[in-house]
Amino acid sequence: MAPDSAAAPEAPVAEDPIKAQNAQVLALLHRLFGEATFTDVHEPYGLLTATTTREKIHEIIAGLQQDQELKFHFLTTMCGINYPENVGQELGMIYHLHSMTKNIRLRLKIFFPIADPVVPTLTDLYNTANWMEREAYDFFGIIFTGHPNLIRILNVEDMDYHPMRREYPVEDGTREDKTDLFFGR
Amino acid sequence: MAVNDALAGTHKIQEEAAAQRPGQLMPILNDFSQELTTLNLGPTHPATHGIFQNILQMDGERIVSGVPTIGYIHRAFEKLAERKPFYQITTLTDRMNYCSSPINNLGWHMTVEKLLGVTVPKRAQYIRVIMMELARIADHLICNSILGVDTGAFTGFLYVFQEREKIYEIYEEVCGARLTTNMGRVGGMERDLSPAALDKLRAWLKSFPAVMKEFENMFNRNRIFMDRVVNVGPISAEKALSYGFTGPNLRAAGVDYDVRAMNPYSSYEDFEFDIPVGTNGDTYDRFIVRNEEIWQSLRIINQAVDKLPDGPYHADAPHYYLPTKPEVYKNMEALIYHFKIVMGEIDAPVGEVYHSVEGGNGELGFYLISDGGRTPYRLHFRRPCFIYYQAYPEMAVGTTLSDAIVILSSMNVIAGELDA
Repeated sequence: MAPDSAAAPEAPVAEDPIKAQNAQVLALLHRLFGEATFTDVHEPYGLLTATTTREKIHEIIAGLQQDQELKFHFLTTMCGINYPENVGQELGMIYHLHSMTKNIRLRLKIFFPIADPVVPTLTDLYNTANWMEREAYDFFGIIFTGHPNLIRILNVEDMDYHPMRREYPVEDGTREDKTDLFFGR
Repeated sequence: MAVNDALAGTHKIQEEAAAQRPGQLMPILNDFSQELTTLNLGPTHPATHGIFQNILQMDGERIVSGVPTIGYIHRAFEKLAERKPFYQITTLTDRMNYCSSPINNLGWHMTVEKLLGVTVPKRAQYIRVIMMELARIADHLICNSILGVDTGAFTGFLYVFQEREKIYEIYEEVCGARLTTNMGRVGGMERDLSPAALDKLRAWLKSFPAVMKEFENMFNRNRIFMDRVVNVGPISAEKALSYGFTGPNLRAAGVDYDVRAMNPYSSYEDFEFDIPVGTNGDTYDRFIVRNEEIWQSLRIINQAVDKLPDGPYHADAPHYYLPTKPEVYKNMEALIYHFKIVMGEIDAPVGEVYHSVEGGNGELGFYLISDGGRTPYRLHFRRPCFIYYQAYPEMAVGTTLSDAIVILSSMNVIAGELDA
C-alpha cells in the first residue's frame, strides 16, 4: 500500500495550457477518426493517453503525421507490454508521438491477444520504427506485418522465446537459495 | 609502373603457358572491377570505440552497403528493472551512456519524483543542473576529441582528457564515484555540495575555458581536419527527424529541438543559454555544435554556481529519501524508514509517466509504468543512440571506409546505451 504522506498523488499541477492543448488534440482525434475509436482516454501527468485498436492504429498515426495543424512528425518511442491477466488482450504496443512544432506529446496504446500478436508496421511512416519494432519483436514476439526485416535485434538469433514476456521470470525459478522466507517475494 | 609490369608479367606467363600446352583451357585473369568485397568491420575494432559490428560490402574503397549488428553487450536492463526497487535501478542507468552517467542517474530520479509527486528544493535542482552540465561537457569532450583521433590528431584528445579527469574529480567530491556515478537520490542529492567540491568546481571553471579555446583553435579551422569532415555523412533535417535523431546530431541538421528548452526540467528555465544549430548535418556541423554546446554548458554552470540558493539539498520525503546515519542510530522512526527503504518495502503509487531529459547524445526518455508495487511493472528506456544508430548505414553508404569511421565517431554512439 502506498504510504500515507505520499499517497497516490494525482497528476501533479496539470496546468491549464497543457489541459487546453490536450483537449485540442483530443478534439482533433475525435473529428478525424470518430469518438468510438478511442477508449480509456486520460491524462496521467499531463500526457494525453488513449487506447485504440490495431486495425486503426496505422491509419491514426498516418493521419496525425499528415495533419497540417499539429504535425506529429516525431515518433519518440514505442514499446511492447505484456499483461498476462488481461485475457484476450495480453500483449500491447505503446506509441509515444511528439509534435515538435506545438510541443505536444501523445501516447497511444493498442492491445491484442498473445495468440495472434500481429500488428501493422509503421516503417512506411517513420524510418525510426524499424529498429523499435525489431526490439518489440525480439522482446515480446509481436509480429509487424509489412516490416522489411523483422529479425531479432539485441538477443541472439537462435533464442527460442521472447524474454520480456511476464511468463519468464528474471531469476531461475528452480533456485532455492534465493527464496526469501521473511518478505514473501 | 610496378603494377603494370606485374600485370604484363602475368600475361606473359599465361601466353607462355598457352604456347606450351596448345588447345588447353587456361584460367582467365579475373576482372575485379565488378566484384564486391565483404568487409567485417568490428565487432572489436580499434577505431569503433565500443562493440559495433558492421558487415560492409565494398566496391574498392567505396561502401556499397552496410548491415549493423548490435546487441553484443545487451544486459537486459528493462527486464532487470522489473525486479529491482526504484533506487536500485539507478545503477542500471549508470551503465547506459557511461560517458555522461550523472544525466542518466538524475533523469531517472526525476522520473520517479514525477511519479511520486515529490518536489525537489531549488538548491538540489541547481546542483543537479551543475552536475548534468558537467556530464554533458565530459561527454562532448570525449566525442569531439576522439573524432580528432580518428582523423589523426591525437594531441587534442590527450589535452582535453586532462580536463575530463578534473570533471571526474568533481564527481568524486559530490558522489564518491567517477565513471558509474550513482549520483543523487530520489528526492534530491545524497549530500550537499562540499566546500572542496565547490573549490574544485570554481578552479575548473577558471582554467577550462583557455583549454577549450586552444582545442577549438586546433580543430575548428584546421585545413586538414576540415578536409576530412566537411560534407562527410550529411543528413537532412527531414531524414533526421524521420530517423528519430535528437540531441546534437539533430541540431547539427538544423532543427532546434532541445529538451532543456522545450520541456524544462530541474529549473532549466532559470538559466540563460543558446541552442546552437548547424545547417547541413555533416560531421563538421556535429563537431562544431558540440563545441558550442560546451560553451553553453559552461554558461549554465557559471550561472548556477553564482545563483546557487541556500536551503536543503533534498526534499522532505521520508518514505523515499534515506535518513542520515546519526539519525538512524538514535531515532526509531528513522531506523524504520531506513530499513524499509533499503529492503525495498516502499510501494510506489499506481501510474504511468514519461519523463525525458537532454542526455549527452539526445533525448533520454524513461517510460515508467507502476502497478503500485515496489518495482516498476514496466520500464522502457528511450535510448537516443539505439534510435539514431539505424541511420548509420544510410549515412555511410557511398563514402569510403575512413569516412565511415569518422561518421561513426561523430554520431557519438555509446555501446552501453545502444545495447542497454
